[in-house]
Amino acid sequence: MEWANQLCENRQFGSKMTDSKYFTTTKKGEIFELKAELNSDKKEKKKEAVKKVIASMTVGKDVSALFPDVVNCMQTDNLELKKLVYLYLMNYAKSQPDMAIMAVNTFVKDCEDPNPLIRALAVRTMGCIRVDKITEYLCEPLRKCLKDEDPYVRKTAAVCVAKLHDINAQLVEDQGFLDTLKDLISDSNPMVVANAVAALSEIAESHPNSNLLDLNPQSINKLLTALNECTEWGQIFILDCLANYAPRDDRESQSICERVTPRLSHANSAVVLSAVKVLMKFMEMLPKDLDYYGTLLKKLAPPLVTLLSAEPELQYVALRNINLIVQKRPEILKHEMKVFFVKYNDPIYVKLEKLDIMIRLASQANIAQVLAELKEYATEVDVDFVRKAVRAIGRCAIKVEQSAERCVSTLLDLIQTKVNYVVQEAIVVIKDIFRKYPNKYESVIATLCENLDSLDEPEARAAMIWIVGEYAERIDNADELLESFLEGFHDESTQVQLQLLTAIVKLFLKKPTETQELVQQVLSLATQDSDNPDLRDRGYIYWRLLSTDPVAAKEVVLAEKPLISEETDLIEPTLLEELICHIGTLASVYHKPPSAFVEGSRGVMHKRLPARTGSGESTESPDVGTIAGGSGTETAPSIIPSQGDLLGDLLNLDLAPPTTTGPPPPTSGMQMGGMDLLGGGLDSLLGGDIGGSAAMGAGFGAVPAVMPASLNAPMGGGLGDLFDLGGGVGMPLGAYIPPKTVWLPAMKAKGLEISGTFARRAGVIQMELTLTNKAMSVMTDFAIQFNRNSFGLAPAGPLQVLSPLSPNQTIEVSLPLSTVGPVMKMEPLNNLQVAVKNNIDVFYFSCQYPISMLFVEDGKMERQVFLATWKDIPNENESQFQIKDCHLNSDAASNKLQASNIFTIAKRTVEGQDMLYMSIKLSNGIWVLAELRVQTGNPNYTDLEISVKCRAPEVSQCVFQCCEAVLKN
Amino acid sequence: MIGGLFIYNHKGEVLISRVYRDDIGRHAVDAFRVNVIHARQQVRSPVTNIARTSFFHVKRSNIWLAAVTKQNVNAAMVFEFLYKMCDVMAAYFGKISEENIKNNFVLIYELLDEILDFGYPQNSETGALKTFITQQGIKGQTKEEQSQITSQVTGQIGWRREGIKYRRNELFLDVLESVNLLMSPQGQVLSAHVSGRVVMKSYLSGMPECKFGMNDKIVIDKAGKGGVTDDVAKSTTGKQSIAIDDCTFNQCVRLSKFDSERSISFIPPDGEYELMRYRTTKDIILPFRVIPLVREVGRTKLEVKVVIKSNFKPSLLAQKIEVRIPTPLNTSGVQVICMKGKAKYKASENAIVWKIKRMAGMKESQISAEIELLPTNDKKKWARPPISMNFEVPFAPSGLKVRYLKVFESKLNYSDHDVIKWVRYIGRSGIYETRC
Repeated sequence: MEWANQLCENRQFGSKMTDSKYFTTTKKGEIFELKAELNSDKKEKKKEAVKKVIASMTVGKDVSALFPDVVNCMQTDNLELKKLVYLYLMNYAKSQPDMAIMAVNTFVKDCEDPNPLIRALAVRTMGCIRVDKITEYLCEPLRKCLKDEDPYVRKTAAVCVAKLHDINAQLVEDQGFLDTLKDLISDSNPMVVANAVAALSEIAESHPNSNLLDLNPQSINKLLTALNECTEWGQIFILDCLANYAPRDDRESQSICERVTPRLSHANSAVVLSAVKVLMKFMEMLPKDLDYYGTLLKKLAPPLVTLLSAEPELQYVALRNINLIVQKRPEILKHEMKVFFVKYNDPIYVKLEKLDIMIRLASQANIAQVLAELKEYATEVDVDFVRKAVRAIGRCAIKVEQSAERCVSTLLDLIQTKVNYVVQEAIVVIKDIFRKYPNKYESVIATLCENLDSLDEPEARAAMIWIVGEYAERIDNADELLESFLEGFHDESTQVQLQLLTAIVKLFLKKPTETQELVQQVLSLATQDSDNPDLRDRGYIYWRLLSTDPVAAKEVVLAEKPLISEETDLIEPTLLEELICHIGTLASVYHKPPSAFVEGSRGVMHKRLPARTGSGESTESPDVGTIAGGSGTETAPSIIPSQGDLLGDLLNLDLAPPTTTGPPPPTSGMQMGGMDLLGGGLDSLLGGDIGGSAAMGAGFGAVPAVMPASLNAPMGGGLGDLFDLGGGVGMPLGAYIPPKTVWLPAMKAKGLEISGTFARRAGVIQMELTLTNKAMSVMTDFAIQFNRNSFGLAPAGPLQVLSPLSPNQTIEVSLPLSTVGPVMKMEPLNNLQVAVKNNIDVFYFSCQYPISMLFVEDGKMERQVFLATWKDIPNENESQFQIKDCHLNSDAASNKLQASNIFTIAKRTVEGQDMLYMSIKLSNGIWVLAELRVQTGNPNYTDLEISVKCRAPEVSQCVFQCCEAVLKN
Repeated sequence: MIGGLFIYNHKGEVLISRVYRDDIGRHAVDAFRVNVIHARQQVRSPVTNIARTSFFHVKRSNIWLAAVTKQNVNAAMVFEFLYKMCDVMAAYFGKISEENIKNNFVLIYELLDEILDFGYPQNSETGALKTFITQQGIKGQTKEEQSQITSQVTGQIGWRREGIKYRRNELFLDVLESVNLLMSPQGQVLSAHVSGRVVMKSYLSGMPECKFGMNDKIVIDKAGKGGVTDDVAKSTTGKQSIAIDDCTFNQCVRLSKFDSERSISFIPPDGEYELMRYRTTKDIILPFRVIPLVREVGRTKLEVKVVIKSNFKPSLLAQKIEVRIPTPLNTSGVQVICMKGKAKYKASENAIVWKIKRMAGMKESQISAEIELLPTNDKKKWARPPISMNFEVPFAPSGLKVRYLKVFESKLNYSDHDVIKWVRYIGRSGIYETRC
């Protein structure tokens, strides 16, 4: 014993005689020696031997053969030895389940020990021995320990329930441990409460449907009280649990926020982040005009900034989260640009993240400072960082128009440095600047062309080729330049090949005489010598286009391009909302939903922000969300590919390959007009009959397979742009037209009966009228006039009733309408008051038109723009609706809607739920965005949900009615 | 939650491996070694995902600590825990080194068993842990002692044990600030902030209740409005009060009280601890100003002149002043002349290091250097890293002043007046850089 004390003493004074000797590798026969020592009579020798065993175990040696000998040492009063034996048991019990039973007795005995530390140790260790047979023996001691008088034992037992649940969930339920655990939430000791909350939260995760935590105002109050008293870790457990609660109204939500805000001053960053999560979530429910709302916003900024003075690893976690917060609520940090300036000594991962946030916060107010910083960064050492800085300069030019000129000149300076990767990066962003500000900075093309030879990265080459093709008429030797690329055509990457093909076709259309040979060459290279289907298809399309109708080719290839958006790499709104609910966790670090990296059923529950009270009532409770079938095959929602998301690559997750944004923006979704280019085979499918949309919907069931399924395919601007161009060319038939109704009964109009409907045909709004003469005399001199109305509808011409209408005669008239008439808001919005005159009298009636006839053909929004707009429109403008009993799958729905100019921009499948993102443009230029959710996993669930977001929320209701009408017919 | 915790040496050999969850297998240990420790590149992220397993790591000297999980854990918590783990180990056996870890591996396992249960962090205050994790066994304890331990470990005041007695009740209060600056070559402040810490050493008997007051603008303004004149605040020269951007507190401070009344009250841990951290950005006293002048003479020579000016009361002395002037990589020789202190060109660090032992306020000093360059054909221009500075000054650059620290212990018979209190201010340079 004395020797042992000396050993401890020695250790404390750092003497040479130390435990590290156990780590020295030993010779053969070691196991036998250890066996002998373990069975020695001397306590100290035993203890030394167990230490050796543990050391061997640590370095990965297999010492399981010693199991019985080690277990024999368990019966001892020496706590240190006991703990060592337990450690061994936890490691090897699984491989020797029969032997492990030998230990049970000791555990059961220890659970009765008068010393609470020993009782707790026993119950803690027992839970870690993951052998089924043992668990049965564990139940009784555990039950006792859960009710132990000592809080230390209770808090250990609480965690043990979670352990046991992990081994045998059924057993835990059968034994009623869950109820005991729930009782512990009301325990007098805060640490017991915290551990019980942690255990329950974990168990609840694997039972998404159960109402285990049963959060209600009373239990929330208990948690908030415990929050003030427990350890920092306990506070985290409680805050993370609170975040799952859905307050009943804004008052409750405010009172919780008030009690959580003090946590923002905690020294532990995790406590702060979890508190931020609770606040960000519950804030959603507060009315914006509330004073408290503003106060809360102000309170959030300082703690977030303070997180940046933490250790670098925590800074990284904080920055990833701030990136989300800035996207959700830019107002919080808009004045804090300076704290995101990069420090020379920051680790690279912190630098890259700061840069991301700088771009997001850049605005006209601070752009000068930001640019000065970015210029500094562009001269740093780290290649990734420099590249990102150069890209950031380009982003600034696009985001803040006033700064564009300075950005361009900065970029030109950087190109002059001739540092290869800087030049390449600069060219890629300059291409975007050209797109954003056409005909403004083309003077720099000459400088760019000087660097043609140094470009060796596909993206930079593609960008350069795009520039040459786009401005072929201004570059004298454009044909030579492009020809030089053509030599190594087959060695180029697909991105470059596609771009080269398009650029040469552009060049040909601009200078047909000199470049005929070149274009033939590239077409044959693309179509005959390539086995890349995308390249071949694009080649054929061009070929056909050029050979059949050069004028059309010009219209298609040289069409005006849509502007590019200001914001890139924004996270999709729904994903962003989910990630906000996961602030502080791994999901927020990866910017991916938990289902993307967590296996099994755990954590797949989707979290959503609560809806603001007062806005369209969402039918589902926010925290339950929808639950997947739990299969591993669900497709992870992809983050909309970002342009400069270097970090995505760095994290080295199985992210979808980042889309290489070739100049024409990739679009997904189906544009039927474009289908013609593929050869009219599909026309027949579309069906000629106007009313036959039901048949069409069915017919389309099979279509998606035929469509070049580029829906989410990360093919850089391959075919997408071609289909895009088709939009509006051949408007498909089959837009929804409501049946005619009687607007003016004969009784009220001296024998004239008018029934009618509205239609949109080939972009023209038409009022289709049926006039019936039910009087005895002939009617002549028809004329029509509209009262002022919400969308300025007015007859585009006179009502054409050529011959007099004799008694009992019916005539069909169609009246083209324009939308340039006087405007006055009507109630309801789509109400139209009409006056019809004939030789007898003037008659008045009012009718309601389906708002869908105001949906224009070019209502397809670019994806990036869509994201930005969705974010831009305040949340209170969002309305939610349900469409009951609609038996459509998402593709059929999308087709139907498209026929009425409701365009699907993107589709996403998340756990049995298809989400369609749609855009609509009204004739008066108002954009309406919508998200349609279709349950695919569950055939019994036939309700569709639709969220409509628009700057003019009044139209939402009409739009919804329209969608419903379209989908149901 | 945390599925396992590993400690490696610089070669990637496992020193400690504790697995808490079944989903973490032995291969996880190797995966981290191969993909992170042995990876050729610089570490690009403190969080690594390898085969759907996430690794969080921190490094202390050449020891790697890695926490492993397969779940969507609270990432901030994992890092906070890893730091805490380092603190606890340091409190038990000093520096975290391979030797110390090997020598104390049994202790570390015992600690890991206690402070991480099934991957959930438990009470990790060293004050509490040291009462029952001693490596001596707990046999000798009486029943009362045992229950006292458990109630402390789980209790509301987990950081302090009952029955502490001192003959002399004493308090040491250090206000430690680090002042950070980024200045443009033209002398424009690009960003500046002070991050400060109030560190206390308390040797007080019983369970004393403490109240700490400083010249926080919000408190002073409130008091001023109420008509109460504060002598302390008035008598301090210079600024009367400072605007604190944000502060965080040790877990002993009652946060809800601070939130509602902005008063800082607490029962202190015994011994040394950090009471609070704070950050200010307004009206910072910048102790030094650096004025750089770099001139390129042709392609093979640089002339550098740097002036530093001290900007505080002449009666005060700054110490440990060091100015670091970066030189290009292709420097072949350097001649330095300085008026004060010593300057040396350190080739291995690519910098001229100029050291001055002491310097009073409102003085200035200058260094000039000629740097000879080797001709290179490197197209890329020299990046010109900023000139950085280190120093220590005996005041708080934020302007923070301690107004009072009151101690109340009702049960024992000593009063606030009997406590001996020491207050000290130290301002150090954080990242104090001037671009050139």
